[in-house]
Amino acid sequence: MKKEIMTERRKFFLTVARAMGLAALGGLVWSAYIDEVTASELMLRPPGALKEEDFLATCIKCGMCVEACPFDTLKLAKPGDNKPIGTPYFEPRDIPCYMCTDIPCVPVCPSGALDITKVSTNNQLDINKADMGVAVVDTKNCIAYWGIQCDACYRACPLMDQAIKLEYEKNERTGKHAFLKPIVDTDVCTGCGLCEHACVTKKAAIFVLPRETALGEVGDHYIKGWDKSDEARLKNAHSETTKTELSKEKAIDSLNDMGGLLDD
Amino acid sequence: MIKNKYLILRRISQISIMVLYFGANAWGWEFLMGNLSSSKLLGTIPLSDPYAVMQMFAAGAIITADIFLGALIITLFYSIIGGRAFCSWVCPVNIITDAANYLRRKLGFNQIQKKQPATRNLRYWVLFISLLISTLFGVAAFEFISPVAMVHRGIIFGLGFGWAAIVVIFLFDLFVLKNGWCGHICPIGGFYSYVGRFSLIRVKHEEDKCTLCMKCKEVCPENQVLFMVGKSSEQVLSGECTNCARCIEVCDDDALNFSIRDLINKKEN
Repeated sequence: MKKEIMTERRKFFLTVARAMGLAALGGLVWSAYIDEVTASELMLRPPGALKEEDFLATCIKCGMCVEACPFDTLKLAKPGDNKPIGTPYFEPRDIPCYMCTDIPCVPVCPSGALDITKVSTNNQLDINKADMGVAVVDTKNCIAYWGIQCDACYRACPLMDQAIKLEYEKNERTGKHAFLKPIVDTDVCTGCGLCEHACVTKKAAIFVLPRETALGEVGDHYIKGWDKSDEARLKNAHSETTKTELSKEKAIDSLNDMGGLLDD
Repeated sequence: MIKNKYLILRRISQISIMVLYFGANAWGWEFLMGNLSSSKLLGTIPLSDPYAVMQMFAAGAIITADIFLGALIITLFYSIIGGRAFCSWVCPVNIITDAANYLRRKLGFNQIQKKQPATRNLRYWVLFISLLISTLFGVAAFEFISPVAMVHRGIIFGLGFGWAAIVVIFLFDLFVLKNGWCGHICPIGGFYSYVGRFSLIRVKHEEDKCTLCMKCKEVCPENQVLFMVGKSSEQVLSGECTNCARCIEVCDDDALNFSIRDLINKKEN
């Protein structure tokens, strides 16, 4: 009788341990995959998308933005695309965002992962506020920087002469021509990718990257003192004081301190 | 009465829902837009997968009114007509696993291996772990690996490597585990088992008509819910019943039929 109880109890503990083991194994593989797949940050999201981290949590993967897009720009990540599965993205070299003024992809979003307020000014839809990414020029492979006249990206840009400006410079090599170098204003650029789509080189020499990837961040230690609005950032700045122990020895003694420099 | 009436109706239901979604993406139909994660019916009524919404909530996402309302509509709908009716009347993966099951029966695998080496409670564990991982990693965890979503999104928006999910589920159900995906692992099924716990549409068994042929138990994808067959006259009250009606169709003795949940009797118990 007692033995029977023992085996029953053992059976119970074994079952529990087995379930725990299976759960731990499954959970580990599962979370490793999730961690891996959500780490890819090189995705261009539709206009009005939340910050990538919030976007991944909020997007329900219904694909209604993809259905709304009249240019087939937006795609849903399929298995094998190596992107967070089921989330919308676009590849401007294939099909850029054509910046529809009525932004059909954003109001259809049921989950708020595409936030209408991020692409409106005074409750009016304003596609120029989109920040899908930012264009970056590879100056070594851009033929305009070689001195060949191109301006394809400049003319393709929907915010011509605002998001991409041409900088004129004398071409010293020929002595009689000008460089017309495209310069991106990252404050204005929406990341639509029309420039990348238009670029004439084999692999685009101007291309769109997510803003988090392409842009730096100054932090609060440097302020444009001549700019009133930038000075407002001072409020965020916090001061940290560090204390360094003062040495008791005289400064001049350091000249005689050969410690470790000479062999015995 | 047509033999396999319900099976035909189920296939029509499953396929036409997918066709409507596909048409919305390919030809701009506005009847049913989106996919099974979230959709819009007639351009106005929001519908969302309540399990996906639960994961989003666990992940710390802000749930919009549209999504919340959509999840509420779906939850109420299935809590009335039978939670797992989703599994057998809507989910396209059901067609794959039914095919595997059919082949299993025809090839006699069920005679070789009578006891399945896994518990059906696995799905509740997966459900629990999915919510845990969603909380820890801040994303809807199951939605990132769900073969169900791969299949329905694949049908609507393009399959990619999603065909692999179809093949794997089919082979798994055929060779590894009877009713493996839908009956043991899928947390969506687990979730809807809870939702349908008190649903009104229930299969009823009449013992006096039963001749103990056991065809119902052989064909049932969740045959533990039919424990009363040949023993007592009662309703199939388990939330794990998918209301697929296969048992009703295969019964030659009219011992199984759809019924409305007996609420008054329930109170007396």
